[in-house]
Amino acid sequence: MRLFSVLYACLVVVTVVFAGLAAGPALAQSGPVDAAQDQTSQIQSILQENRELIEKSSRKTIGPAIAALRDSGLPAAQSVLEKWQDKALYQRKSDGLFFFADPAGGGTLRLIDIATGEAAGEVARDEVDQLKPNSGVRGLIGAALVQFQLSDPDPARRAAALDAIARDAEPDHLEALRGAIATETDPGLKARKQRLERLLTIAYAPDAADRIAAIDSFAGDLGVDVRAALNPLVATTRAVAPGAPPEGENVARRLTPGSDALPEAEAYRLLVAAGLARPRISPADKRNALATHVENGAVAGTPLAELNSDEARDRAYAALAAQGLVPPTATAEEVQAALDAHSFYDRYAEPDPSVTAAAEDALDAIAFKVGVNQAADLSLDALSLASIYFLAAIGLAITFGVMGVINMAHGEFIMMGAYTGYVVQQIVPNYTVSILIALPLAFAVTFAAGVAMERLVIRWLYNRPLETLLATFGISIALQQLAKNIFGTQARPLTSPSWLDGALQLNDVVSISYIRIAIFVLALLFLALFVFIMRRTRLGLEVRAVTQNPRMAASMGINPDRINMLTFGLGSGIAGVAGVAIGLYAKVTSELGQDYIVQSFMTVVVGGVGNIWGTLLGATLIGFLQKGIEWLNPSNTLAAQTYMILFIILFIQVRPRGIIALRGRAAGD
Amino acid sequence: MKDSLFARNPSVLIFLGVLALFVAAVTVLGEGVGLGLISTSFVKTLGKTLCLCLIAIAMDLVWGYTGILSLGHFAFFGLGGYMIGMWLMYARTETIVAASLAQAEIPPTPQEIRDAIGTQIFGVVGGSDFPAIWAFSHSLPLQLALVVLVPGLLALVFGWLAFRSRVTGVYLSILTQAMTLALSLYLFQNDSGLRGNNGLSGLQNIPGAADVPQSLLSIWFFWGSAAALALGYVIAAFVVSGKFGSVIRGIRDDEARVRFLGYSVEAYKLFVFTLTAVIAGIAGALYYPQAGIINPAEMAPIASIYLAVWVAIGGRGRLYGAVIGAGVVSLLSTWFTGGQVPDLPLGIYTIKWVDWWQVLLGLGFVLVTLFAPKGIGGLFDLISGRRAPARHGADLGPDTGSFREKEADQ
Repeated sequence: MRLFSVLYACLVVVTVVFAGLAAGPALAQSGPVDAAQDQTSQIQSILQENRELIEKSSRKTIGPAIAALRDSGLPAAQSVLEKWQDKALYQRKSDGLFFFADPAGGGTLRLIDIATGEAAGEVARDEVDQLKPNSGVRGLIGAALVQFQLSDPDPARRAAALDAIARDAEPDHLEALRGAIATETDPGLKARKQRLERLLTIAYAPDAADRIAAIDSFAGDLGVDVRAALNPLVATTRAVAPGAPPEGENVARRLTPGSDALPEAEAYRLLVAAGLARPRISPADKRNALATHVENGAVAGTPLAELNSDEARDRAYAALAAQGLVPPTATAEEVQAALDAHSFYDRYAEPDPSVTAAAEDALDAIAFKVGVNQAADLSLDALSLASIYFLAAIGLAITFGVMGVINMAHGEFIMMGAYTGYVVQQIVPNYTVSILIALPLAFAVTFAAGVAMERLVIRWLYNRPLETLLATFGISIALQQLAKNIFGTQARPLTSPSWLDGALQLNDVVSISYIRIAIFVLALLFLALFVFIMRRTRLGLEVRAVTQNPRMAASMGINPDRINMLTFGLGSGIAGVAGVAIGLYAKVTSELGQDYIVQSFMTVVVGGVGNIWGTLLGATLIGFLQKGIEWLNPSNTLAAQTYMILFIILFIQVRPRGIIALRGRAAGD
Repeated sequence: MKDSLFARNPSVLIFLGVLALFVAAVTVLGEGVGLGLISTSFVKTLGKTLCLCLIAIAMDLVWGYTGILSLGHFAFFGLGGYMIGMWLMYARTETIVAASLAQAEIPPTPQEIRDAIGTQIFGVVGGSDFPAIWAFSHSLPLQLALVVLVPGLLALVFGWLAFRSRVTGVYLSILTQAMTLALSLYLFQNDSGLRGNNGLSGLQNIPGAADVPQSLLSIWFFWGSAAALALGYVIAAFVVSGKFGSVIRGIRDDEARVRFLGYSVEAYKLFVFTLTAVIAGIAGALYYPQAGIINPAEMAPIASIYLAVWVAIGGRGRLYGAVIGAGVVSLLSTWFTGGQVPDLPLGIYTIKWVDWWQVLLGLGFVLVTLFAPKGIGGLFDLISGRRAPARHGADLGPDTGSFREKEADQ
């Protein structure tokens, strides 16, 4: 019992003290508040002091009100700002006091005291005004709230506040951030705060030395945020001045009119825009001006029919100008003189030269490092493109390289593999399982198709490669149209399992998608499989024997027909598997194979026929070449392919038999 | 007279006679000057088919006689079309622009006219300046010269590079295919200066002949195409008939042996390759004004492969075979893909020929390659009773491009 009475006494004392403190300024300021004096708290009084600003609620004038709340140091300030931002702050019309409110049913609101959170009676809805700050004001409130959120006990909210600052920083944030670093306990968040503090220092710190130190601390940092902070510092605007550039301007570079960076016409336009020279009239305007002053079939005495040359028009215009009918235009000499008399330069928006110099240095260092990383990224891209070409070409390398048979329908086998994957996905909904089924099934389907084609067509044309080419081309167009008839012309999706989504992010510049890694791994697997079959199995031995000398092999008890059939089936089967892999990242259409067939042939031809390592080298060369050319001319992949093909045509000049050429008798001719 | 070209090759006279009869029949039945039983669009189709026959002759010359399976001759065909198309487009736009600028009070300067033409032509690819390759487009004689020069020079350079490094057989085929692909990809770009994938259009309107009806224009072009075909046929027959013809057939059958006999194989091949490219260019220059539009898709590698298909079906190694193949297959293609063939109901499934023609063509082509290597032209051997000498199974020539005993027998 005694404990309670002590507590009660304390409460009374505190309330009295607070009320006294709050009453002072409230009394001093306005009369109507007096009636509600006992209810006023310190936070309420701050709101009342800025009442007019709050009621006006304009983005331009609201600043001091928000600042007063933010800097008050009161525990209730944060919740008031939050509620205000959420349009949950109400003002009682009778006395102008501010409250939170809950709906209490029946058109009334239950008011809640903003300082204590206690109920403060019920009022009808029309007795209070709801404060509805516009989005500009809400933004300012949000900025003020950041300071509270930076020290919020919940780490998630602290992280959210950091995100908000990073997205939309303001000068005020710098102080708030600095204040919030020391108390931070989470090491990850602390590091983020420190990094953000340095970024804000670059942008907003008053002292140049601090800014330069912060800039230097970022040398070689690849973060996009660093570049975003530094780029505004080195942003320039083009300026023009009579004589030399004025003192105090932070000049980035002087420009000479007539150079590539500043053509004369552009320079003169700058002069005109700055009001330093008379405008020059454009040919179209001159023509229009002449047309408005036609009198009796002539302009200023020149007959209309003669006005079909620039000289005649100039003369007519000059005559009109002399009569004062049109504004005079600057002559070529005037233009030249004006250009000579002025200096043109780019100037930094940032006035301090030492800061801009430091920023330029830091950006140079970053650019170099970004370049190195981009080269690494490009190499990864090229490697993955190379593995796709390798996958597409490896089957061709077997049929073309080992058997000397050109299979123009190879692309269609790739397409068949991709469609097999698509059909399997229609039946098996689980993407992981369906891919695992599709890979062997695609192999089986295209293996069967290859064997059938070999038995029915190619076997009869072994000594006539050109006819083989054309016959397989006939099969190719038939298969393509067949796929169009069955599956339609629109692209069919072949979705990769979710664990292949996303990309492996090494840093802000270098990343590679998992699906490309998977294709790379698949290509390596098939390389290993091919080498294993050729070097370590009976089939491989027989294939090599038949390749080198079919008659001798036959006399040693090998059946060349069977071997040819199996080899062709193997090559076709691998094409089917490649089709599944390619379908995973490209849309499956009936023309899928066409897109890869020429590149595949190039790969085999460049690499050298009859050697798997040659195919590997060829694919690598073509992959890197294509990516390299695309990098030089990024807007234009069509041009890249054109130049690549030209390169290959020239490469064939140097090494007609490919990178790795068979020598001796096996090479044939 | 005894040794004249026609005496040694009666088939040339027969061909010219048949062609003349055909032209006379179409002229009488056509709309322009005749009875009007054949529509203008079909006269155009026939005229275009004659151009395709001309390029098929070129293909036969280079493949059937010299053994170079070029998969790039449609690129030369397209280049010829582009060269004439540039003049057609420029000159026609010039007339339109000049007419519209003459409406204004102040007469236009030459520069203004040129700028307006540029905007008109290159507006679709977001430009207005004339690229350097249009430098001669105002002049018909110069562009006509380019019709011959551009494909000829390209073939000369490409052929020289390919033949001197002894690229032969399927390698050469793939290389020519790559060249075609590179060219069509290049032309697909907007900044290639030839309007990217929009291509050149409105080519059926001949500048200076605005008041001539299309029915008459189409018959003029039909005559022109027939004349070019006749001339091309005679030239090709002349090339393959004499000693030169024997040498190139020798190259087809055994290149190494001809080389060891002291002939400059590369020079012969280069000559044939370039000559056929020029013929292809001229065929294209006649074809596209009748087609009305040319775009890079026309030059895709697939077109050149179809050309080989026509020649193979018609019968390679004989000039009339190429003409028959190109005429029959391209007209059949037009007929089938035009949706004019009635659908074939099979009870459970109705075969729509628009969808299935490609399949039929592809499989038919495989069958021809397998079972009738001499193509349609082989039928004439049955009529004339010509038989190949019995060689008891030996090859007619040991090279990979050569005919085999079995083919010659059939």
